[in-house]
Amino acid sequence: MLTSKATSDPRLPSNIFLHSNFRENTERMAGDLELKLLGSWASPFVMRARIALNLKGVGYELLKEVSGTKSELLLKSNPVYKKIPVLIHHGKPICESMIIVQYIDEVWAAAGPSILPSDPYERAIARFWIVYIDDKWFPPLRKMIVAKADNEETAEAAEQGIAGLQLLEEAFEKCSKGKDFFGGESVGYLDIALGCYLAWLKAVEKMHGVKLLDKEKIPLLVGWAERFCSADAVKELMPEVDELVEFAKMLRARLNAAATS
Amino acid sequence: MILGRMAAAGEEVKLVGRWASPFVVRVGIALNLKGLGYEFSHEERGKKSELLLKSNPVYEMIPVLIHDGKPICESMIILEYIDEVWASVGRSILPADPYDRAIARFWAAYIDDKFPSSLRTLRGLNEEAKAEAEEQLANALQLLEDAFPKCSKGKDFFGGETIGYLDIALGCYLGWIKAIEKMTGIKALDEAKTPTLVGWAERFCSGDAVKEVMPEADELIEFTKLIQAIMNAAPGRQNMHVSKNDR
Repeated sequence: MLTSKATSDPRLPSNIFLHSNFRENTERMAGDLELKLLGSWASPFVMRARIALNLKGVGYELLKEVSGTKSELLLKSNPVYKKIPVLIHHGKPICESMIIVQYIDEVWAAAGPSILPSDPYERAIARFWIVYIDDKWFPPLRKMIVAKADNEETAEAAEQGIAGLQLLEEAFEKCSKGKDFFGGESVGYLDIALGCYLAWLKAVEKMHGVKLLDKEKIPLLVGWAERFCSADAVKELMPEVDELVEFAKMLRARLNAAATS
Repeated sequence: MILGRMAAAGEEVKLVGRWASPFVVRVGIALNLKGLGYEFSHEERGKKSELLLKSNPVYEMIPVLIHDGKPICESMIILEYIDEVWASVGRSILPADPYDRAIARFWAAYIDDKFPSSLRTLRGLNEEAKAEAEEQLANALQLLEDAFPKCSKGKDFFGGETIGYLDIALGCYLGWIKAIEKMTGIKALDEAKTPTLVGWAERFCSGDAVKEVMPEADELIEFTKLIQAIMNAAPGRQNMHVSKNDR
C-alpha cells in the first residue's frame, strides 16, 4: 500500500524517489537514508534492485549512468566489473543485482513481505533457477538484441530461448503451488529475477518477428507475466518496448562502430 | 580419498560427486564444518548415473546434495542450504552481517567467474592459451589478496575466526592449484606477491574439516596424466576434462 509517491521520468538525471508504505518513512528525505542506486532505465539488472526497494517501501536516490560512459562513482564503487547496478548504502557499495536483492531483503527484513522464500529448500530452488536464467537462458537472447540481422544464429537463439521458457513453465507450476507468482502470493526473488527481462523479451519479439511469450506453449508464464508487469512494485519501472527497440538500434550501431574502428 | 560416513540419525544426506572436483570438495567441507554424517555416492568419470540424471536433469553435473530425497544443485547454493537447514548446528558458514554476506557472495561469484576456466587451461594441453590463463589467475589472486584484510578484519580467515563461505569458495581450488604449480612450474600462490593468501592457504588446508576431503596434489597430477593419456589416445574427444562436468 503506497501512501506517498513522487514519480518522475526515470530518464531524467538524479531522480529522488520517495516511495514509502510506512507513515514513519514519509517524512524522511532520501538523503537521510543514505541509499543510492547507480543505474539506468534500460537495464533489467537495475530493475531488479528497484523492484526490491519498492517492495520494501524504501526511498533511494537514483543516480543515472549514461549508456556508453562510466561515472567516477561507478568506477570507484565497482572497480572489479565497472557495471550497474550498484547499491550504495551509507557509503558502502553492494554489486551484482541478485546479491543486492538479497541484501535489501536482509537489511529491511521487517519492512514488507519477504522477498526470498522462507523455506531453505524453496530458497535453494529459487537460487538454482536464477543461476539458470542468467547463465544459460538469457545469453542467447542477448545475442538476438544486438544481432545485425535475422540469421541461423538468431533462429537458434530463439529456439533456445523458447526451450528455456518451457523449463521455466514447469518450474513455475512447482514453485507457485497454484498461487499467482513463483514466490507464492506476492512477487518474490525468482519473480524479480525472470520478470525484469520481460520488456526485453517483447522487444526481441518485435525486432525479430518471433513469438517467445506464446500462450499456447507457456500459458502459465504468460499469465504470470501479465500479473508481474501490473504489480504495484513493478509497473512504474517497466520500460516501453518501442523505446527498448530504439535503444537496441543504438547499441548495435555502437558495437558496429567499435568493430570497424 | 573421501570416505562416506553413516547418515545422521533420522535423516538421509547424500553427496553425489567425484573426489577430484573442487565443487564437490566445497560441499564436503561444509558438511564437515557442521559435523554432519552423509553418504558419498561416487560418480564414475565419463558416465552419468541414473541418480545424477534424475537429481540434476537440467545440468547433469556434480555436486548434488540429496537431503531426505530432495536434490539441491550448484555448490554455493548447496552451501547456503546447509547453513540454513543446520543453522543451529556447528558454526555459521555465512557471515552474520548482511553487508559482509553481500561481500562474501560477490567474491565467491567472482572466483567462479575466473578460476575454473584458468585452471582448466593451465592443466590442459593447449600451451598457447596458458600465458593468458596464468595472468588471469594471478590478477584474480591479487584482488583476493587485497580483499582479505577487509573480510577477515585481522583474523585468520575470510570468514573471521573460523572457515566460512568465502574461504570454502576459494580454498576448494587449492589442491588443483598446488598440482598445477608442480606440473607447470608456475608459482600461482607466491609469497612475494600474495603473502597473506599463502598464510591463509596453509591455515585453511590444515583444518580438520578440510584435510579429510581435500585431494593431494600428487593424486591430482596422476589423475591429470590419466586424462591426458586418454585424450592423446583419442584426439577427437575434447570434453574429457574434469571440470566440464562439474559446477
